[in-house]
Amino acid sequence: MKKTGAQILCESLIKEGAEVIFGILGGAILPVYDTFPQYPQLRHILVRHEQGAAFAADGYARATDKVGVCMATSGPGATNLVTGIANAYMDSVPIIAITGQVARHFIGKDAFQETDITGITLPITKYNYLVTDARELARIVKEAFYIAQTGRPGPVHIDIPRDVQMEEVEFVYPDKVNLPGYKFVSRVHPAQIKKAAALINSAERPLIIGGRGIIISQAYDELKELAEKAQIPVVTTLLGISSFPENHILSLGMLGMHGMAYANMAVQNADLIIAIGMRFDDRATGDTRTFAPHARIIHIDIDPAEIGKNVPVDVPIVGDVRSVLRVMNKEIDRRDHLDWLSQLEQWRQEHPSLEIREDDKVLPQYIIRQIYEATQGDAIIVTGVGQNQMWSAQHFIYTKPNSLLSAGGLGPMGYELPGAMGAKVACPGELVWSIAGDGGFQMTMQELATIAQENIAVKIAIINNGYLGMVRQWQELFYEHRYVATQLQNPDFVKIAEAYDIPGVRVKRKEEIIPAIYKAIDYPGPFLIDFFVEPEENVYPMVPGGGTLSQMLELPKPEMVSH
Amino acid sequence: MSTTKHTLVALVEDKPGVLNRVASLFRRRGFNIESITVGHTEQPGLSRMTIVVSGDSAEVEQVRKQLDKAIPVIRVTDITEQDIVARELSLIKVKATSSTRSEIMQIVDIFRANIVDVAPNSLTVEVTGDEDKVGSLFELLRRFGIKEMVRTGRIALTRGSMT
Repeated sequence: MKKTGAQILCESLIKEGAEVIFGILGGAILPVYDTFPQYPQLRHILVRHEQGAAFAADGYARATDKVGVCMATSGPGATNLVTGIANAYMDSVPIIAITGQVARHFIGKDAFQETDITGITLPITKYNYLVTDARELARIVKEAFYIAQTGRPGPVHIDIPRDVQMEEVEFVYPDKVNLPGYKFVSRVHPAQIKKAAALINSAERPLIIGGRGIIISQAYDELKELAEKAQIPVVTTLLGISSFPENHILSLGMLGMHGMAYANMAVQNADLIIAIGMRFDDRATGDTRTFAPHARIIHIDIDPAEIGKNVPVDVPIVGDVRSVLRVMNKEIDRRDHLDWLSQLEQWRQEHPSLEIREDDKVLPQYIIRQIYEATQGDAIIVTGVGQNQMWSAQHFIYTKPNSLLSAGGLGPMGYELPGAMGAKVACPGELVWSIAGDGGFQMTMQELATIAQENIAVKIAIINNGYLGMVRQWQELFYEHRYVATQLQNPDFVKIAEAYDIPGVRVKRKEEIIPAIYKAIDYPGPFLIDFFVEPEENVYPMVPGGGTLSQMLELPKPEMVSH
Repeated sequence: MSTTKHTLVALVEDKPGVLNRVASLFRRRGFNIESITVGHTEQPGLSRMTIVVSGDSAEVEQVRKQLDKAIPVIRVTDITEQDIVARELSLIKVKATSSTRSEIMQIVDIFRANIVDVAPNSLTVEVTGDEDKVGSLFELLRRFGIKEMVRTGRIALTRGSMT
């Protein structure tokens, strides 16, 4: 039966299991939108800026094991998606970005709202397509979903000229993909696993560094088995948070620039690092020349190009984390590593990185801890970027798998609200908190309109210090207190929320914190809390940029401590 | 680690945009291409790229892996250490007068190159060989005055049977 390109797109999306599309329409995608009423199975959520569509699709995908879909028109619609696509690429999030394009005969003519968007997204997508024939559309959609979800996940972009959307052709949905150049390792290499197991079995001070790969492959049980069986402590990267329960005796929390002091000390003193589904980002490693100086390194990752990219490794294992760990766990001996664990415990006592000082002021760390206390960890935390992100990573205790969604690689401020929106749409039964800074909030706060229109019940906490806080912290510490362009004169965020018909409260005193959090939780819809926090509070511990993990600025001893 | 020239051979899908994809990858990862040649192969729908890059082994291995990850790239091999036949083609337009013409032709003969165009003031020489041979001929012809020259960059095959 003949169908239009637009119908073929919708039917293909449905066949691939898509349920929600975040987007904004415009001339070049109008034929697709015009067919939406024929497909009530597809829920379209009209956002207020295309960046919000891409972030929401990203949050939707991170919170589930589904692919997120976002849609925009040609030209500015498409270019507005770019930040969100780049973000998904950096953090390996499976999203499909669909854009309208000017009609084929206009391409290359600098037509109205024409942009070479596939040229722009080429280096920030796992793959992209310009559809030049409606007969190829079904195959392309099938391939796009396959590529986005398999191997190392990532965004795929499909650009569809307007006349292709209207072209009527026979619709045949392919049952297989044929991509001879697309390869990912699905088989586990037993010899490498044996080598790794031998190193693990003979290590005295082993340490696991867990990354987002564990969450992507849902290897929570396998990681726990490895850690417990051989009594190996676990640190995580920012994106690896919630891959291992942080209330577990073997958990040392996050490593890196704002990691726990004892986590970084563990890295610097370990004799074996088992790096699982992580990519040795500079925010995690500090100066790679001084990273883990005593350790041999086992690196397990599904992407062969990550092996040896930033840090030389002794035993590379390319493969899906879960499959690798399942085989490897059988080769691992039971150990206790009592000396190593008691040494770490001593460091943990001596360097209590999570201790929040007694203070009558409104401390951001205390707010995050109270959100944890009120939820007991049963929530999805979606952060912005900067201080709010680091405090959220540090002071919430993540015990539930995949309960932190944070844009780590690209670091785009403003992720928190649309990201939380996507997560809440994907998981309506979950309590979703959007933790924002006052700077980042203003980058995507127009999505309050989307949240109100669709009644998406996210809880919004603004950590309002009147600064672009993390940059201010750098200016304080490394630019002799010269606060250039970091001070913010903010609007009244509670009034802004009210203008969108979203209730909110402002918190200026410590005793108001807990009641406000409960009020937000108990309210049946979206709710905003504007926390007026201590303006010049810093995130500690801190490894200065490019520095070594052995040298941290710590609180409450703000002098440089060397180990 | 020492920087050496590596020859990578990539079998890629013969589709629009593939060269752009490969070139973009080199640019983004900060690798310099010394030469790149692209052409059809014995298999319909597939092109073969021969890419010469400089770098230490770890850098080049990283290039190879990144290339291999690109979806239209079927296979990439670093054939530097293998027994290969490598050639490039160059056309050199050299100034020639009645007094220098015969000397140029002698040099061309020694290199088993060909004269492919004769004009009143110039000769165009076609030479095929490895980079050293092409480079040496160029150096010898330089004193006569080079008007224009073009090199294809290296193409290469491994010796013996291809399975």
